[in-house]
Amino acid sequence: MILQIEDVLCTFCGCLCDDIRVEVDGGRIEKVRGACRLGSSKIMGHNRIKSPMIRVNGSLKETSYDEAYRKAAEILVSAKHPLLYGWASTTCEALKKGILLAEEIGGVVDTTTSVCHGPSIIGIEEKGLVGTTLGQIKNRADLIVFWGCNPSEAHPRHTLRYSSNACGRFTPDGRKGRKVLVIDVRETRTARNADRFLRIQPGTDYEIISALRMIVGGKAESLPEDIAGVSRKELIEIAEMMKGAKFGAIFFGLGLTQSRGRYKNVDNALSLVSELNSHTKFVIMAMRGHYNVTGANQVLTWSSGYPMAVDYARGAPYYNPGETSCCDLLSRRDVDAALIIASDPASNLPRGCVEALAEMPVIQIDPFENPTTLFADVVIPSAIAGIEAEGTAYRMDGLSLRLRKLVDAEYPSDVEILQAILDNVRRLRDDN
Amino acid sequence: MISGRTLAQGAGCEDKMSPLYINEVSCCYLSEEDYRALGISDGKNLLLTSPHGSAVLRAGVDKGLPQGMVFIPMGPWANMLIGTDTNGCGMPGFKGVEVEVTPTDEKVLDIRELISRGR
Ligand code: SF4
Repeated sequence: MILQIEDVLCTFCGCLCDDIRVEVDGGRIEKVRGACRLGSSKIMGHNRIKSPMIRVNGSLKETSYDEAYRKAAEILVSAKHPLLYGWASTTCEALKKGILLAEEIGGVVDTTTSVCHGPSIIGIEEKGLVGTTLGQIKNRADLIVFWGCNPSEAHPRHTLRYSSNACGRFTPDGRKGRKVLVIDVRETRTARNADRFLRIQPGTDYEIISALRMIVGGKAESLPEDIAGVSRKELIEIAEMMKGAKFGAIFFGLGLTQSRGRYKNVDNALSLVSELNSHTKFVIMAMRGHYNVTGANQVLTWSSGYPMAVDYARGAPYYNPGETSCCDLLSRRDVDAALIIASDPASNLPRGCVEALAEMPVIQIDPFENPTTLFADVVIPSAIAGIEAEGTAYRMDGLSLRLRKLVDAEYPSDVEILQAILDNVRRLRDDN
Repeated sequence: MISGRTLAQGAGCEDKMSPLYINEVSCCYLSEEDYRALGISDGKNLLLTSPHGSAVLRAGVDKGLPQGMVFIPMGPWANMLIGTDTNGCGMPGFKGVEVEVTPTDEKVLDIRELISRGR
């Protein structure tokens, strides 16, 4: 029997599109409609890890779930300071279990936030945020600014559903009724579709934002003719474009957080937006990458008070980005075992950190094989949240949405796996 | 050098051992001018060296890039060139690393070799 499922959520990027249609036949997903290439490739699925595995004499050998849980618990209990890393592509419920586990074993919970929008969060902690929801932007914004982000490749349906091309209540003409400005160091696909593209030199975002703040603040004449390679005249035009909007929205990406200045760039951009509000309505939002990276920050914040990089080794949560963040812990060799869930640090962390990780015992929980599997010591395959398991996820603007289960899984969910590891850890500790 | 997301990198993102993903993230994009100046049209690879490491990548052209800038889709190859210092905020400098680019006859490593021994 063919089953049509409407309004499915796509659990790939932070857009968390909730209008996907899926056709299920005989317990398998046969067709996906409405998702972008990124989303459909995830929903259609592909090579899975077939069975739990444990590394014996250098190579991975299949084993039972019970054996894998026991081995994982042994690694975590015998570690002095384990790292529990990932969490951006799983549910909030899984992270809740992860936090319980970290409390139990005195570990550090860090999410992929540390290497994407971690600096944005630090910037927001310093300055505060003039934020909004994507719905408001869709319905009201007449100027969209993409700064250091490239939704055409990273969030393909963002423009159509929420931003530059979306038709809303007060924006019935969609793209035609809006201006789009792109600020970036390279001419991306997003830039090619913009009304205006401002190319800046790498690492000069801070200077450009400061100059815009001066112009918005009425001090344009104090600026030099040339600001980090951009003419004052051009920046004045851009500031006028911003001030002239009825409702402006800046979306910013890793162009601000991963280049020189890091959180100070974001801090400065937040100030620019708050100052623009003396002239018109302006908002700003981070383009969050993984579908539930926002949720991971929410869960950590409500349970520990801190959004990422939370160390439970002291018996109470301790947070100091730059000290308790995964890259710093690894490069200082300050952790001695790792549980990696729903992420791939072997691909996404700097080489020096990957080498440190490869030296220690690693437990991996993931539906799919990835380069981290190549050195993992315990591999536990899991159900895919939003397809084979239900749960909660937060969209990039902080809206929480419920993920449904579409088909039955042959694998346990992340929540079940973490609970089983936790039970084993408690048992081991009772025995000692 | 800057690293970032691309469509092919993203589509292969949950199937990281697939040729689609591996091919995309082991490619270094250059501006048309730099590509011509290096004379690598005949399928030569590039050796990239930064203060933090080095890697051999395939070469590609991205017309949107200015001269003097290379772009590598985020992944294990780009990360060979990135340092671990986070300036005290937890974030390494994934964008804006100075690299030296030279044509090479060395081959691009298989992902397994890359993870186990580097370059
Ligand atoms: S834009 Fe993002 S959430 Fe929407 S379908 Fe594409 S990958 Fe999925």
